[in-house]
Amino acid sequence: MEQKIKEILAEELSVDINEIKLESSLKDDLNADSIDMMQVVDVLEQEFGVEVDTSELAKILTVADIVNYIESHK
Amino acid sequence: MYGKIIGSGFYVPDNEVPNEFFENILETNDEWISSRTGIKTRYFSKGENTSDLGTNAAIMALEDSGIKAEDLDMIVFATMTPDMFMPSTACLVQKKIGAINAFAFDISAACSGFMYALSVAKEFLENGKVKNVLVIGGEVMSKSLDFSDRGTAVLFGDGAGAVILQASDEPGIINSYLGSRDDVKGSLVLKALPVNNPFIQQENDTNKMTMDGREVFKFSKQVIVDTIDKVLEGTGYSYDDIKMIIPHQANTRLIDYAINKNDKLKNKFYINVDKFGNTSAGSIAIALSEVRQKKLVEAGDLIILVGFGGGFTWGSLLIKI
Ligand SMILES: CC(C)(COP(=O)(O)OP(=O)(O)OC[C@H]1O[C@@H](n2cnc3c(N)ncnc32)[C@H](O)[C@@H]1OP(=O)(O)O)[C@@H](O)C(=O)NCCC(=O)NCCS
Repeated sequence: MEQKIKEILAEELSVDINEIKLESSLKDDLNADSIDMMQVVDVLEQEFGVEVDTSELAKILTVADIVNYIESHK
Repeated sequence: MYGKIIGSGFYVPDNEVPNEFFENILETNDEWISSRTGIKTRYFSKGENTSDLGTNAAIMALEDSGIKAEDLDMIVFATMTPDMFMPSTACLVQKKIGAINAFAFDISAACSGFMYALSVAKEFLENGKVKNVLVIGGEVMSKSLDFSDRGTAVLFGDGAGAVILQASDEPGIINSYLGSRDDVKGSLVLKALPVNNPFIQQENDTNKMTMDGREVFKFSKQVIVDTIDKVLEGTGYSYDDIKMIIPHQANTRLIDYAINKNDKLKNKFYINVDKFGNTSAGSIAIALSEVRQKKLVEAGDLIILVGFGGGFTWGSLLIKI
């Protein structure tokens, strides 16, 4: 799952997949602004069949946060 | 019988307000606004109301069409920021331009308003009930904005656009599609008066617009491409036949996001949100008028108009210029 999430981030944020680490900050390291994040969430929802509440988005700051969120909501 | 566009016009107040204006009154900046929305500037009224903007757009459209105000049979005004509850904005315009032979009414469908108004006009024209129709979309959004809310204040602008439709044997408006559904969470709200009478007293709370940007973003993303597909359905036309798509001008990032993975649509979108902000029911009307004025489309071209917004509502039209 971690690999799939990294692939999605690389594709949606146009970054090199090798630069995406678990501890990468979405905003500072991967240059994702809040609108990019809505787009990412959209793809994650489709891919993993989870529903991410828009108000929860603010708590997702790193790649690891995404992995944890999806694991605990599956 | 078809409704064919024979004239168009638009008007914005003479008061351009760049993003920098908001830096003095809110915690925001030009960089944030332009990178998140594509908006650089908008126009705010210094007193002109919605009927004034609509009247100016209508006069320009009449001149462009060559017909006179007395030739109009019907006036439809799409707005959610009317001058008054009564008379309707359309009746105010009727008086100002002297369209003594027309019947006139308003339509309320928020940012999709111009789509709804054109669709209604289309039906009247196809039925042979009327010959010349003035359709206006216009708003003074600034009177409904909460200038302490950076999430909405920076997004909207004032303006109006108008078209004249005439009954014709040649196409015109080929198809229209409308839809709506419950905005369950109240993501886009502009309240009117609460009930106050001898039997109940209630506080007259805010009459400013409120919005949950993310929910609206999500909704819009879901409907844009679908609404374009729906208006093509059963017409025999496909994306390849379409010269231009004029979307409701809400946010460039939103449009990019909605069409992201669709290369066939990508380069067809006309965008002017950078200059006008989101003028709600005015936006597609203004853009259509601009496109005709600049001769970016010519006779015979097929275009699609697509709107979406509060309600939720959405709608689209397939038009032969
Ligand atoms: C309005 C919109 C641009 C906001 O983008 P967003 O990514 O949802 O922004 P959020 O409200 O989640 O805020 C993200 C951050 O930017 C901040 N922010 C919001 N508006 C801001 C502004 N004008 N200037 C600076 N910062 C702003 C927020 O406070 C938040 O900061 P934080 O991350 O430190 O908490 C976006 O939601 C949108 O365009 N939605 C559709 C709106 C629309 O088109 N409506 C009309 C349809 S008809």
